[in-house]
Amino acid sequence: MEFSLLDPFLWETVIQGLLFGGVLALLSLGLNIIFGVIDVVWICYAELIMLGMYTIYFLYTDFGVPLPLAFLAGILVVAALGALLHHLVIRPILHTEPINQLLVTGGVLFFLQGLATMLFSVEFRNLGVSFGSVEVGEMYLPISRIIAFSVSIVAVVALWLFLKKTYLGTAIRAISQDRDVMPLMGVSPRRIYLVTSALGGGLAGLGACLLVLLYDIHPAIGLTFGPITFMVCVLGGLGNMIGGFIAAFIFAEFIALGGFYAEVEWGYVRAFVFFIVMMFIRPQGILGSKS
Amino acid sequence: MLTLENVSAGYGTFQALFGVSLEVRAGEAVAVIGPNGAGKTSLLRVISKVIALNGGHIAMEGQSLDSVPAHRVIELGIAHVPEHRRLFPRLTVEENLRMGAFINGARSRFDERLAFVYDLFPRMKERRHQLAGTMSGGEQQMCAIGRGLMSGPKLLLLDEPSAGLAPVIVQQVFDLVRRIRQEGYTVLIVEQNIQQVLKVVDRAYLLEVGRIKMSGASRELLENDEVRRAYIGL
Repeated sequence: MEFSLLDPFLWETVIQGLLFGGVLALLSLGLNIIFGVIDVVWICYAELIMLGMYTIYFLYTDFGVPLPLAFLAGILVVAALGALLHHLVIRPILHTEPINQLLVTGGVLFFLQGLATMLFSVEFRNLGVSFGSVEVGEMYLPISRIIAFSVSIVAVVALWLFLKKTYLGTAIRAISQDRDVMPLMGVSPRRIYLVTSALGGGLAGLGACLLVLLYDIHPAIGLTFGPITFMVCVLGGLGNMIGGFIAAFIFAEFIALGGFYAEVEWGYVRAFVFFIVMMFIRPQGILGSKS
Repeated sequence: MLTLENVSAGYGTFQALFGVSLEVRAGEAVAVIGPNGAGKTSLLRVISKVIALNGGHIAMEGQSLDSVPAHRVIELGIAHVPEHRRLFPRLTVEENLRMGAFINGARSRFDERLAFVYDLFPRMKERRHQLAGTMSGGEQQMCAIGRGLMSGPKLLLLDEPSAGLAPVIVQQVFDLVRRIRQEGYTVLIVEQNIQQVLKVVDRAYLLEVGRIKMSGASRELLENDEVRRAYIGL
Protein backbone atom coordinates (compact mmCIF):
# COMPACT_ATOMS: atom_id res chain seq x y z
CA MET A 1 0.00 0.00 0.00
CA GLU A 2 1.27 3.43 -0.86
CA PHE A 3 1.76 5.95 1.90
CA SER A 4 -0.33 9.10 1.60
CA LEU A 5 -1.23 11.65 4.22
CA LEU A 6 -4.52 12.15 2.43
CA ASP A 7 -5.51 8.54 2.91
CA PRO A 8 -8.73 8.61 4.99
CA PHE A 9 -8.03 5.09 6.27
CA LEU A 10 -4.74 6.31 7.71
CA TRP A 11 -6.52 9.08 9.58
CA GLU A 12 -9.20 6.72 10.74
CA THR A 13 -6.46 4.50 12.13
CA VAL A 14 -4.75 7.42 13.89
CA ILE A 15 -8.04 8.44 15.48
CA GLN A 16 -8.85 4.87 16.48
CA GLY A 17 -5.44 4.77 18.14
CA LEU A 18 -6.19 8.02 19.92
CA LEU A 19 -9.51 6.66 21.18
CA PHE A 20 -7.88 3.43 22.36
CA GLY A 21 -5.13 5.53 24.00
CA GLY A 22 -7.74 7.27 26.12
CA VAL A 23 -8.98 3.93 27.43
CA LEU A 24 -5.42 2.72 28.12
CA ALA A 25 -4.73 5.99 29.94
CA LEU A 26 -7.67 5.35 32.24
CA LEU A 27 -6.66 1.72 32.82
CA SER A 28 -3.12 2.77 33.75
CA LEU A 29 -4.34 5.40 36.19
CA GLY A 30 -5.51 3.04 38.95
CA LEU A 31 -2.42 0.84 38.79
CA ASN A 32 -0.19 3.92 38.82
CA ILE A 33 -1.85 5.56 41.81
CA ILE A 34 -1.55 2.35 43.83
CA PHE A 35 2.12 2.00 42.96
CA GLY A 36 2.89 5.69 43.38
CA VAL A 37 1.29 5.91 46.81
CA ILE A 38 1.56 2.46 48.40
CA ASP A 39 4.61 1.24 46.44
CA VAL A 40 2.89 -2.02 45.57
CA VAL A 41 2.10 -3.40 42.11
CA TRP A 42 -1.31 -5.00 41.88
CA ILE A 43 -0.51 -7.73 39.36
CA CYS A 44 -4.18 -8.75 39.64
CA TYR A 45 -5.39 -5.26 38.65
CA ALA A 46 -6.99 -6.38 35.37
CA GLU A 47 -8.77 -9.22 37.20
CA LEU A 48 -10.51 -6.60 39.31
CA ILE A 49 -11.64 -5.02 36.02
CA MET A 50 -12.86 -8.44 34.89
CA LEU A 51 -14.97 -8.84 38.05
CA GLY A 52 -16.35 -5.35 37.48
CA MET A 53 -17.36 -6.33 33.94
CA TYR A 54 -19.20 -9.40 35.23
CA THR A 55 -20.92 -7.31 37.91
CA ILE A 56 -22.21 -4.88 35.30
CA TYR A 57 -23.15 -7.67 32.90
CA PHE A 58 -25.20 -9.68 35.40
CA LEU A 59 -26.89 -6.65 36.92
CA TYR A 60 -27.89 -5.42 33.48
CA THR A 61 -28.86 -8.65 31.71
CA ASP A 62 -30.09 -10.91 34.56
CA PHE A 63 -31.48 -8.40 37.03
CA GLY A 64 -32.66 -5.74 34.61
CA VAL A 65 -30.83 -2.96 36.42
CA PRO A 66 -30.64 0.15 34.20
CA LEU A 67 -27.20 0.51 32.63
CA PRO A 68 -26.12 3.72 34.43
CA LEU A 69 -26.98 2.14 37.79
CA ALA A 70 -25.20 -1.07 36.82
CA PHE A 71 -22.13 1.02 35.95
CA LEU A 72 -22.28 2.79 39.31
CA ALA A 73 -22.63 -0.55 41.10
CA GLY A 74 -19.68 -1.92 39.10
CA ILE A 75 -17.49 0.98 40.19
CA LEU A 76 -18.53 0.62 43.85
CA VAL A 77 -18.06 -3.15 43.88
CA VAL A 78 -14.54 -2.93 42.43
CA ALA A 79 -13.70 -0.03 44.79
CA ALA A 80 -14.72 -2.28 47.70
CA LEU A 81 -12.66 -5.14 46.22
CA GLY A 82 -9.65 -2.81 46.03
CA ALA A 83 -10.02 -1.88 49.70
CA LEU A 84 -10.51 -5.55 50.59
CA LEU A 85 -7.42 -6.56 48.60
CA HIS A 86 -5.39 -4.02 50.54
CA HIS A 87 -6.82 -5.00 53.90
CA LEU A 88 -6.54 -8.77 53.50
CA VAL A 89 -3.54 -9.23 51.23
CA ILE A 90 -1.32 -6.16 51.01
CA ARG A 91 -1.35 -4.76 54.56
CA PRO A 92 0.01 -7.90 56.25
CA ILE A 93 3.02 -7.94 53.89
CA LEU A 94 3.47 -4.21 53.34
CA HIS A 95 6.89 -4.10 54.96
CA THR A 96 8.32 -7.28 53.50
CA GLU A 97 10.36 -7.67 50.31
CA PRO A 98 8.66 -6.21 47.18
CA ILE A 99 8.93 -9.60 45.46
CA ASN A 100 6.49 -11.01 48.03
CA GLN A 101 3.90 -8.44 47.04
CA LEU A 102 4.36 -9.28 43.36
CA LEU A 103 4.04 -12.99 44.04
CA VAL A 104 1.02 -12.72 46.29
CA THR A 105 -0.93 -10.40 43.99
CA GLY A 106 0.10 -12.72 41.15
CA GLY A 107 -1.47 -15.51 43.18
CA VAL A 108 -4.62 -13.43 43.59
CA LEU A 109 -4.68 -13.03 39.78
CA PHE A 110 -4.92 -16.80 39.21
CA PHE A 111 -7.28 -17.21 42.15
CA LEU A 112 -9.70 -14.64 40.73
CA GLN A 113 -9.40 -16.02 37.21
CA GLY A 114 -10.03 -19.55 38.44
CA LEU A 115 -12.90 -18.41 40.60
CA ALA A 116 -14.50 -16.58 37.66
CA THR A 117 -14.13 -19.69 35.51
CA MET A 118 -15.83 -21.81 38.18
CA LEU A 119 -18.65 -19.34 38.77
CA PHE A 120 -19.29 -18.00 35.29
CA SER A 121 -17.76 -20.70 32.97
CA VAL A 122 -15.45 -19.86 30.07
CA GLU A 123 -18.38 -18.69 27.95
CA PHE A 124 -17.89 -15.36 26.14
CA ARG A 125 -20.63 -12.93 27.09
CA ASN A 126 -21.60 -9.67 25.49
CA LEU A 127 -23.62 -6.87 26.97
CA GLY A 128 -25.39 -6.50 23.63
CA VAL A 129 -25.50 -2.75 23.82
CA SER A 130 -24.66 -0.98 20.59
CA PHE A 131 -24.39 2.72 19.98
CA GLY A 132 -23.62 2.52 16.28
CA SER A 133 -21.11 4.65 14.44
CA VAL A 134 -20.73 8.24 13.48
CA GLU A 135 -19.49 9.33 10.07
CA VAL A 136 -16.86 12.04 10.14
CA GLY A 137 -15.70 13.01 6.65
CA GLU A 138 -14.99 9.66 5.06
CA MET A 139 -14.29 7.96 8.40
CA TYR A 140 -16.60 5.75 10.47
CA LEU A 141 -15.96 5.96 14.22
CA PRO A 142 -17.81 3.72 16.71
CA ILE A 143 -19.69 5.87 19.21
CA SER A 144 -18.89 3.45 22.06
CA ARG A 145 -15.20 4.21 21.58
CA ILE A 146 -15.84 7.93 21.52
CA ILE A 147 -17.78 7.61 24.79
CA ALA A 148 -14.98 5.52 26.32
CA PHE A 149 -12.40 8.08 25.25
CA SER A 150 -14.41 11.03 26.60
CA VAL A 151 -15.08 9.33 29.94
CA SER A 152 -11.38 8.52 30.25
CA ILE A 153 -10.33 12.11 29.67
CA VAL A 154 -12.93 13.41 32.14
CA ALA A 155 -11.78 10.85 34.72
CA VAL A 156 -8.12 11.78 34.27
CA VAL A 157 -8.91 15.48 34.75
CA ALA A 158 -11.21 14.80 37.72
CA LEU A 159 -8.55 12.70 39.42
CA TRP A 160 -5.96 15.37 38.81
CA LEU A 161 -8.22 18.02 40.36
CA PHE A 162 -8.96 15.74 43.31
CA LEU A 163 -5.27 15.14 43.99
CA LYS A 164 -4.41 18.81 43.55
CA LYS A 165 -7.29 20.63 45.21
CA THR A 166 -8.58 18.58 48.14
CA TYR A 167 -7.12 17.84 51.57
CA LEU A 168 -7.48 14.11 51.03
CA GLY A 169 -5.86 14.30 47.58
CA THR A 170 -2.97 16.36 48.94
CA ALA A 171 -2.52 13.80 51.72
CA ILE A 172 -2.43 11.01 49.13
CA ARG A 173 0.39 12.80 47.31
CA ALA A 174 2.13 13.67 50.57
CA ILE A 175 2.15 10.14 51.99
CA SER A 176 4.14 8.88 49.02
CA GLN A 177 6.86 11.41 49.91
CA ASP A 178 7.03 10.88 53.67
CA ARG A 179 4.84 8.28 55.30
CA ASP A 180 6.22 8.47 58.83
CA VAL A 181 5.57 12.17 59.32
CA MET A 182 1.88 11.85 58.40
CA PRO A 183 0.57 11.21 61.94
CA LEU A 184 2.06 14.56 62.99
CA MET A 185 -0.33 16.15 60.46
CA GLY A 186 -3.23 14.33 62.06
CA VAL A 187 -3.39 11.82 59.21
CA SER A 188 -3.70 8.10 59.77
CA PRO A 189 -1.51 6.38 57.13
CA ARG A 190 -3.69 3.26 57.39
CA ARG A 191 -6.76 5.23 56.44
CA ILE A 192 -5.03 6.94 53.50
CA TYR A 193 -3.81 3.59 52.18
CA LEU A 194 -7.30 2.16 52.43
CA VAL A 195 -8.84 5.18 50.69
CA THR A 196 -6.18 5.03 47.96
CA SER A 197 -6.85 1.32 47.44
CA ALA A 198 -10.57 2.02 47.11
CA LEU A 199 -9.76 4.81 44.67
CA GLY A 200 -7.50 2.52 42.60
CA GLY A 201 -10.28 -0.09 42.67
CA GLY A 202 -12.85 2.52 41.67
CA LEU A 203 -10.72 3.46 38.66
CA ALA A 204 -10.51 -0.23 37.72
CA GLY A 205 -14.30 -0.29 38.05
CA LEU A 206 -14.63 2.68 35.74
CA GLY A 207 -12.31 0.85 33.33
CA ALA A 208 -14.71 -2.09 33.53
CA CYS A 209 -17.62 0.19 32.51
CA LEU A 210 -15.75 1.19 29.36
CA LEU A 211 -14.38 -2.23 28.42
CA VAL A 212 -17.76 -3.86 28.85
CA LEU A 213 -19.03 -1.63 26.04
CA LEU A 214 -16.15 -2.55 23.75
CA TYR A 215 -15.31 -6.22 24.35
CA ASP A 216 -16.75 -9.62 25.21
CA ILE A 217 -16.50 -10.69 28.84
CA HIS A 218 -14.72 -13.92 29.78
CA PRO A 219 -12.66 -15.08 32.77
CA ALA A 220 -9.32 -14.57 31.01
CA ILE A 221 -9.96 -11.07 29.70
CA GLY A 222 -7.63 -9.77 32.40
CA LEU A 223 -4.76 -11.43 30.55
CA THR A 224 -5.56 -9.30 27.50
CA PHE A 225 -5.47 -5.99 29.36
CA GLY A 226 -3.29 -6.70 32.39
CA PRO A 227 0.10 -6.91 30.64
CA ILE A 228 -0.61 -3.96 28.36
CA THR A 229 -1.73 -1.78 31.28
CA PHE A 230 1.36 -2.73 33.22
CA MET A 231 3.59 -1.95 30.23
CA VAL A 232 1.96 1.44 29.73
CA CYS A 233 2.69 2.25 33.40
CA VAL A 234 6.29 1.07 33.13
CA LEU A 235 6.80 2.92 29.85
CA GLY A 236 5.56 6.14 31.44
CA GLY A 237 7.56 5.61 34.61
CA LEU A 238 5.83 3.39 37.17
CA GLY A 239 3.88 5.55 39.62
CA ASN A 240 4.08 8.63 37.41
CA MET A 241 0.54 9.39 36.31
CA ILE A 242 1.41 12.01 33.70
CA GLY A 243 4.03 9.68 32.23
CA GLY A 244 1.45 6.89 32.10
CA PHE A 245 -0.99 9.20 30.35
CA ILE A 246 1.51 10.05 27.61
CA ALA A 247 2.71 6.45 27.30
CA ALA A 248 -0.87 5.23 26.83
CA PHE A 249 -1.24 7.29 23.66
CA ILE A 250 2.19 6.34 22.31
CA PHE A 251 1.45 2.69 22.90
CA ALA A 252 -2.03 2.89 21.40
CA GLU A 253 -0.73 4.59 18.26
CA PHE A 254 1.95 1.93 17.89
CA ILE A 255 -0.72 -0.75 18.03
CA ALA A 256 -3.05 1.10 15.65
CA LEU A 257 -0.48 2.24 13.08
CA GLY A 258 1.64 -0.86 13.46
CA GLY A 259 -1.39 -2.85 12.42
CA PHE A 260 -2.33 -0.49 9.60
CA TYR A 261 0.05 -1.79 6.96
CA ALA A 262 -0.33 -5.44 7.92
CA GLU A 263 -2.62 -7.64 9.99
CA VAL A 264 -3.80 -6.10 13.26
CA GLU A 265 -1.69 -8.55 15.29
CA TRP A 266 1.45 -6.96 13.86
CA GLY A 267 0.50 -3.79 15.70
CA TYR A 268 0.85 -5.58 19.03
CA VAL A 269 4.11 -7.20 17.98
CA ARG A 270 5.56 -3.81 17.03
CA ALA A 271 4.28 -2.18 20.20
CA PHE A 272 5.91 -4.86 22.37
CA VAL A 273 9.19 -4.61 20.45
CA PHE A 274 9.04 -0.85 20.99
CA PHE A 275 8.46 -1.47 24.71
CA ILE A 276 11.47 -3.80 24.98
CA VAL A 277 13.72 -1.37 23.09
CA MET A 278 12.56 1.48 25.33
CA MET A 279 13.41 -0.57 28.41
CA PHE A 280 17.00 -0.70 27.16
CA ILE A 281 17.13 3.00 26.31
CA ARG A 282 15.15 4.39 29.21
CA PRO A 283 14.48 1.76 31.87
CA GLN A 284 13.05 4.29 34.32
CA GLY A 285 10.28 5.20 31.86
CA ILE A 286 9.53 8.37 29.93
CA LEU A 287 8.96 10.58 32.97
CA GLY A 288 10.29 8.29 35.69
CA SER A 289 13.16 9.40 37.87
CA LYS A 290 16.35 7.36 37.94
CA SER A 291 16.73 4.94 40.85
CA MET B 1 -0.54 22.58 80.20
CA LEU B 2 1.56 19.50 79.42
CA THR B 3 2.69 17.09 82.11
CA LEU B 4 4.89 14.04 81.82
CA GLU B 5 4.98 11.76 84.80
CA ASN B 6 7.63 9.06 85.09
CA VAL B 7 7.62 8.46 81.31
CA SER B 8 9.53 5.53 79.82
CA ALA B 9 9.76 4.87 76.12
CA GLY B 10 11.99 3.38 73.44
CA TYR B 11 12.29 1.64 70.11
CA GLY B 12 11.85 -2.12 70.21
CA THR B 13 14.21 -3.46 72.84
CA PHE B 14 16.16 -0.21 73.04
CA GLN B 15 15.00 2.01 75.87
CA ALA B 16 15.54 5.73 75.28
CA LEU B 17 13.74 7.35 78.24
CA PHE B 18 13.80 6.22 81.87
CA GLY B 19 11.16 7.70 84.16
CA VAL B 20 11.16 11.26 82.80
CA SER B 21 8.92 13.80 84.54
CA LEU B 22 8.48 17.33 83.31
CA GLU B 23 5.92 20.07 83.04
CA VAL B 24 5.21 22.89 80.62
CA ARG B 25 2.87 25.62 81.87
CA ALA B 26 0.64 27.71 79.61
CA GLY B 27 2.51 30.61 78.02
CA GLU B 28 5.93 29.24 78.90
CA ALA B 29 8.84 28.40 76.66
CA VAL B 30 10.73 25.40 77.95
CA ALA B 31 13.85 23.79 76.53
CA VAL B 32 15.14 20.27 76.84
CA ILE B 33 18.89 20.34 76.39
CA GLY B 34 21.48 17.64 76.39
CA PRO B 35 24.08 15.88 74.31
CA ASN B 36 23.50 13.81 71.20
CA GLY B 37 21.69 10.58 71.96
CA ALA B 38 20.36 11.77 75.31
CA GLY B 39 16.80 10.99 74.24
CA LYS B 40 15.65 14.53 73.42
CA THR B 41 14.02 13.59 70.14
CA SER B 42 12.50 10.48 71.72
CA LEU B 43 10.96 12.71 74.37
CA LEU B 44 9.08 14.76 71.75
CA ARG B 45 8.20 11.64 69.82
CA VAL B 46 6.61 9.97 72.82
CA ILE B 47 4.56 13.12 73.51
CA SER B 48 3.31 12.86 69.91
CA LYS B 49 2.81 9.12 70.47
CA VAL B 50 4.90 8.38 67.37
CA ILE B 51 6.77 5.96 69.63
CA ALA B 52 4.96 3.88 72.22
CA LEU B 53 4.67 4.94 75.84
CA ASN B 54 6.06 2.02 77.83
CA GLY B 55 5.43 3.42 81.27
CA GLY B 56 4.21 6.54 83.05
CA HIS B 57 1.61 9.09 82.03
CA ILE B 58 1.30 12.06 79.69
CA ALA B 59 -1.50 14.61 79.93
CA MET B 60 -2.41 17.71 77.95
CA GLU B 61 -4.59 20.20 79.83
CA GLY B 62 -5.67 17.45 82.20
CA GLN B 63 -6.61 15.05 79.39
CA SER B 64 -4.62 11.84 79.31
CA LEU B 65 -2.61 11.12 76.15
CA ASP B 66 -1.74 7.59 77.29
CA SER B 67 -4.04 5.78 74.89
CA VAL B 68 -4.43 8.46 72.21
CA PRO B 69 -3.12 7.28 68.78
CA ALA B 70 -0.43 9.40 67.10
CA HIS B 71 -2.72 10.94 64.48
CA ARG B 72 -5.12 12.24 67.15
CA VAL B 73 -2.57 14.05 69.32
CA ILE B 74 -2.67 17.14 67.10
CA GLU B 75 -6.41 17.45 67.76
CA LEU B 76 -5.60 18.14 71.42
CA GLY B 77 -3.63 21.23 70.40
CA ILE B 78 -0.11 19.81 70.17
CA ALA B 79 1.80 20.48 66.93
CA HIS B 80 5.14 18.76 66.43
CA VAL B 81 7.75 20.27 64.10
CA PRO B 82 10.00 17.25 63.66
CA GLU B 83 13.74 16.87 63.46
CA HIS B 84 15.16 17.54 59.97
CA ARG B 85 11.95 19.52 59.19
CA ARG B 86 10.44 16.68 57.19
CA LEU B 87 8.63 18.82 54.65
CA PHE B 88 7.02 17.11 51.68
CA PRO B 89 9.73 17.98 49.13
CA ARG B 90 7.59 17.65 45.98
CA LEU B 91 4.64 19.58 47.34
CA THR B 92 4.60 23.36 47.09
CA VAL B 93 5.02 25.55 50.16
CA GLU B 94 1.30 26.22 50.24
CA GLU B 95 0.45 22.52 49.89
CA ASN B 96 2.76 21.76 52.80
CA LEU B 97 0.94 24.40 54.82
CA ARG B 98 -2.38 22.87 53.80
CA MET B 99 -1.22 19.51 55.18
CA GLY B 100 -0.62 21.29 58.49
CA ALA B 101 -4.32 22.20 58.53
CA PHE B 102 -5.53 18.69 57.66
CA ILE B 103 -7.51 18.06 60.85
CA ASN B 104 -11.20 18.89 60.75
CA GLY B 105 -10.99 21.61 63.37
CA ALA B 106 -8.40 23.49 61.29
CA ARG B 107 -9.85 23.35 57.78
CA SER B 108 -12.61 25.87 58.31
CA ARG B 109 -10.03 28.40 59.50
CA PHE B 110 -7.51 27.65 56.74
CA ASP B 111 -7.58 31.10 55.09
CA GLU B 112 -7.21 32.87 58.41
CA ARG B 113 -4.32 30.65 59.54
CA LEU B 114 -2.61 30.95 56.15
CA ALA B 115 -2.78 34.74 56.34
CA PHE B 116 -1.29 34.55 59.84
CA VAL B 117 1.59 32.32 58.74
CA TYR B 118 2.29 34.49 55.66
CA ASP B 119 2.25 37.53 57.89
CA LEU B 120 4.77 35.86 60.21
CA PHE B 121 6.92 34.66 57.30
CA PRO B 122 6.51 36.98 54.29
CA ARG B 123 9.17 34.88 52.55
CA MET B 124 6.78 31.93 52.53
CA LYS B 125 4.16 34.01 50.77
CA GLU B 126 6.68 34.89 48.04
CA ARG B 127 7.55 31.23 47.64
CA ARG B 128 4.12 29.74 48.05
CA HIS B 129 4.11 28.03 44.64
CA GLN B 130 7.69 26.77 44.93
CA LEU B 131 8.39 23.10 45.69
CA ALA B 132 9.44 22.87 49.32
CA GLY B 133 12.42 20.64 48.56
CA THR B 134 14.04 23.33 46.41
CA MET B 135 14.29 25.95 49.17
CA SER B 136 17.28 26.68 51.41
CA GLY B 137 17.53 25.07 54.83
CA GLY B 138 16.46 28.20 56.67
CA GLU B 139 13.44 28.69 54.43
CA GLN B 140 12.50 25.06 54.90
CA GLN B 141 12.63 25.55 58.65
CA MET B 142 10.29 28.54 58.35
CA CYS B 143 7.94 26.42 56.27
CA ALA B 144 8.08 23.56 58.78
CA ILE B 145 7.28 25.88 61.68
CA GLY B 146 4.54 27.51 59.60
CA ARG B 147 3.09 24.08 58.87
CA GLY B 148 3.07 23.39 62.61
CA LEU B 149 1.20 26.62 63.27
CA MET B 150 -1.48 25.91 60.64
CA SER B 151 -3.52 23.68 62.94
CA GLY B 152 -3.81 26.53 65.44
CA PRO B 153 -2.05 24.64 68.25
CA LYS B 154 -1.73 25.64 71.88
CA LEU B 155 1.62 23.93 72.31
CA LEU B 156 4.37 23.79 69.71
CA LEU B 157 7.02 21.07 69.94
CA LEU B 158 10.21 22.09 68.13
CA ASP B 159 12.87 19.47 67.49
CA GLU B 160 16.34 20.92 66.84
CA PRO B 161 15.17 23.82 64.66
CA SER B 162 18.74 25.12 64.30
CA ALA B 163 20.32 21.82 63.24
CA GLY B 164 22.19 21.83 59.96
CA LEU B 165 21.81 25.56 59.35
CA ALA B 166 24.49 28.18 58.71
CA PRO B 167 25.36 30.32 61.78
CA VAL B 168 23.63 33.43 60.40
CA ILE B 169 20.46 31.45 59.79
CA VAL B 170 20.64 29.86 63.25
CA GLN B 171 20.34 33.35 64.71
CA GLN B 172 17.24 33.96 62.58
CA VAL B 173 15.68 30.71 63.74
CA PHE B 174 16.05 31.69 67.39
CA ASP B 175 14.60 35.12 66.62
CA LEU B 176 11.71 33.24 65.09
CA VAL B 177 11.18 31.21 68.24
CA ARG B 178 11.12 34.45 70.19
CA ARG B 179 8.42 35.86 67.90
CA ILE B 180 6.31 32.76 68.18
CA ARG B 181 6.48 33.14 71.96
CA GLN B 182 5.34 36.75 71.63
CA GLU B 183 2.36 35.52 69.63
CA GLY B 184 1.32 33.66 72.76
CA TYR B 185 2.22 30.10 71.87
CA THR B 186 3.53 27.73 74.49
CA VAL B 187 6.75 26.15 73.25
CA LEU B 188 8.67 23.03 74.16
CA ILE B 189 11.97 23.06 72.29
CA VAL B 190 14.72 20.49 72.07
CA GLU B 191 18.15 21.83 71.16
CA GLN B 192 21.82 21.05 71.05
CA ASN B 193 22.69 24.71 70.65
CA ILE B 194 22.44 25.20 74.39
CA GLN B 195 23.83 28.69 74.77
CA GLN B 196 21.45 30.11 72.17
CA VAL B 197 18.34 28.29 73.27
CA LEU B 198 18.78 29.22 76.92
CA LYS B 199 18.55 32.88 75.92
CA VAL B 200 15.13 32.32 74.38
CA VAL B 201 13.35 30.11 76.92
CA ASP B 202 12.17 30.57 80.53
CA ARG B 203 13.17 27.21 81.91
CA ALA B 204 15.10 24.17 80.82
CA TYR B 205 15.64 20.54 81.63
CA LEU B 206 18.97 18.84 81.13
CA LEU B 207 18.56 15.33 79.76
CA GLU B 208 21.36 12.77 79.93
CA VAL B 209 21.10 9.15 78.79
CA GLY B 210 17.32 9.21 79.02
CA ARG B 211 17.08 10.78 82.48
CA ILE B 212 16.47 14.34 83.68
CA LYS B 213 19.68 15.35 85.35
CA MET B 214 18.96 18.96 86.19
CA SER B 215 16.24 21.53 85.76
CA GLY B 216 15.71 25.17 86.49
CA ALA B 217 15.35 28.69 85.13
CA SER B 218 17.42 29.18 82.03
CA ARG B 219 19.61 31.78 83.74
CA GLU B 220 20.50 29.29 86.47
CA LEU B 221 21.49 26.68 83.93
CA LEU B 222 23.47 29.19 81.90
CA GLU B 223 25.45 30.06 85.02
CA ASN B 224 25.79 26.50 86.29
CA ASP B 225 29.45 25.46 86.23
CA GLU B 226 28.74 21.89 85.24
CA VAL B 227 26.56 22.90 82.29
CA ARG B 228 29.08 25.50 81.18
CA ARG B 229 31.97 23.07 81.33
CA ALA B 230 30.24 20.11 79.70
CA TYR B 231 28.01 21.75 77.11
CA ILE B 232 28.95 25.30 76.42
CA GLY B 233 32.69 24.78 76.46
CA LEU B 234 33.57 27.64 78.76
